[in-house]
Amino acid sequence: MSELRGVGIGLGVAQGPVARMAEPLPAPEDVPSTLSPEEEIARVREAVAVVARELETRGSQAGGLAREVLEAQAMMAEDPTLDQEVLTRTTAGKTGEFAVHDAFATFRDTLAAMGGYLGERAADLDDVAQRVIARLRGLPAPGVPDPGHPFVLVAKDLAPADTALLDLDKVLALVTTDGGPTSHTAILAREKSIVAVVGAAAAKDLTDGETVIVDAAKGVVTTEPTEDELSQAQHRADARRTAASAPITPGALADGTPIPLLANLGKPGGAAEAVELGAEGVGLFRTEFLFLSSTNAPTVEQQAKAYTELLTAFPGKKVVVRALDAGADKPLAFLNDAHEENPALGLRGIRALRASEDILREQLTALQQAQAATEADLWVMAPMVGTVEETEYFTGLCRDYGIKTAGVMVEVPSAALMAEKVLAIADFASIGTNDLTQYTMAADRLLGSVSSFQDPWHPAVLQLIGMTGAAGKATGKPVGICGEAAADPLLAVVLVGLGATTLSMAPTAIADVRATLLQYTRADAERIAAAALAADGAASARAAAQAAADTVA
Amino acid sequence: MTDESTPQATRTIRIGSSNGLHARPAKLFAQAVKDAGIPVTISKGSGGPVNAASILGVISLGAEKGDYVTLVADGDNADDVLDRLAELLTTDHDE
Repeated sequence: MSELRGVGIGLGVAQGPVARMAEPLPAPEDVPSTLSPEEEIARVREAVAVVARELETRGSQAGGLAREVLEAQAMMAEDPTLDQEVLTRTTAGKTGEFAVHDAFATFRDTLAAMGGYLGERAADLDDVAQRVIARLRGLPAPGVPDPGHPFVLVAKDLAPADTALLDLDKVLALVTTDGGPTSHTAILAREKSIVAVVGAAAAKDLTDGETVIVDAAKGVVTTEPTEDELSQAQHRADARRTAASAPITPGALADGTPIPLLANLGKPGGAAEAVELGAEGVGLFRTEFLFLSSTNAPTVEQQAKAYTELLTAFPGKKVVVRALDAGADKPLAFLNDAHEENPALGLRGIRALRASEDILREQLTALQQAQAATEADLWVMAPMVGTVEETEYFTGLCRDYGIKTAGVMVEVPSAALMAEKVLAIADFASIGTNDLTQYTMAADRLLGSVSSFQDPWHPAVLQLIGMTGAAGKATGKPVGICGEAAADPLLAVVLVGLGATTLSMAPTAIADVRATLLQYTRADAERIAAAALAADGAASARAAAQAAADTVA
Repeated sequence: MTDESTPQATRTIRIGSSNGLHARPAKLFAQAVKDAGIPVTISKGSGGPVNAASILGVISLGAEKGDYVTLVADGDNADDVLDRLAELLTTDHDE
């Protein structure tokens, strides 16, 4: 056996045969055909028909939206205009491969030049062309493999278009050579609870059909596993499945300290699934969805309806709603359409709301109406608060509108440094670890070239979380965590050790975090957190926390 | 292509789908033309006609909701075919 290292997503373990995602084919060269034009066009038409039938079959298996896309692709493959273009080229003595490549490219460029929706269809057409050319060459089609049995998908990284067509029932695990914990693959793995190890560079040498063990908890892919290793992995996978189907208990530490586990939601529709997965409430409800699709702000009535729908799903439970968070990565025309050199440092969050106070006032009005109409315990918080004065402004306004519990997000380091004064005024704080990391490390979270800085394990980030946790303890106010960090089970233990009183995450992450918290007492969590805090950097903090945790178990 | 003995029919129609004549409506339309089995062309405004059974040709028109397109069909049942196609184009498939 040997082990390939990467970053594990979640706690799962899986085993199975590798199926690699084929690399894109090189463009065919324009060499003269050795066949007659009739033979060339016949080859192309045969390949086109096979590809079209294959796309249709996959479409009827996939169903829903994917079916529409795949059926449209099948029609593109057999498009009569395209056939004419190919025929012109084969008649001129080109090979079938080149004729397909060149004819598709003409249409592709037309579509790409039109931009927007049509530009995106250019990618669909590229995919069809690649499939036809692969068929002509007798090679496997690029894209997601379909070996006919469940498999461990090994890829460079997965694009959204790949994952849309991925048959998740067939995928035992995901392994990527590129991409990190915030890559599209990692996000998909978390969302769908798929075992994944990302950024395992050495996985490039894995071959189709070889059996591997993918251990997300350790971030390791084991090649040539022994019988013993395979049965151990199977045992762990079974145990985990049992744990996942075990009765859902409220989140708590081994010593019984309750740590409510809450859901991050972006739409009221997600509430039922969250409850099913054991969410004890909502720790972050993002309200942007109400605003993103419109050029004008939604009305108070529209908002009140959406908030009421959400709150109705959580009678007697806590629901934390974040006021509109616009700016930087989420520009809204009616709120802030001025160009900024550094949008992450610009007019966003509470700053943008203050500049358009009517929108904030309307949102609070709608929230109060939903609060009055339902049994849920509504908490409202402001995004991107950086000062004590902003805290006073927001909580004051909330009280004017009858919002019972008003707090702030701690995402800006200044808010963490001033946490005790902030919490003297706010009813609660919720730490947004993604933005807190971006601002602490001065690394744009949307910029790939500095993505290595975007790691909430960095002790500098953990220190700020610890300061906020200590301020919560001193003032007797709750300090929650919302953000990707709470979904990492070991980091969740560290966060509790640093003083977090609730954890909010994607609902699919709750089962793993619940199981992990139950293994440690508060004293354990504090010791594990102290080990991480004492480290020099993100990787060593994670290793130190793991080592401290291992001595407990 | 056309001679005196072949019945030809023409319709000018306003696109009804809120997302225009691409995505699902384009696919449904091109498929319906293909199934009709007679030659049909479509043109937008004063632009040149394209084969209406070609999904790529139809998508490339870039026709949006409210745009006028002209259909021309050649064949025995050209009128019936165009009636059906016109209905497809005026219906909003994206609701």
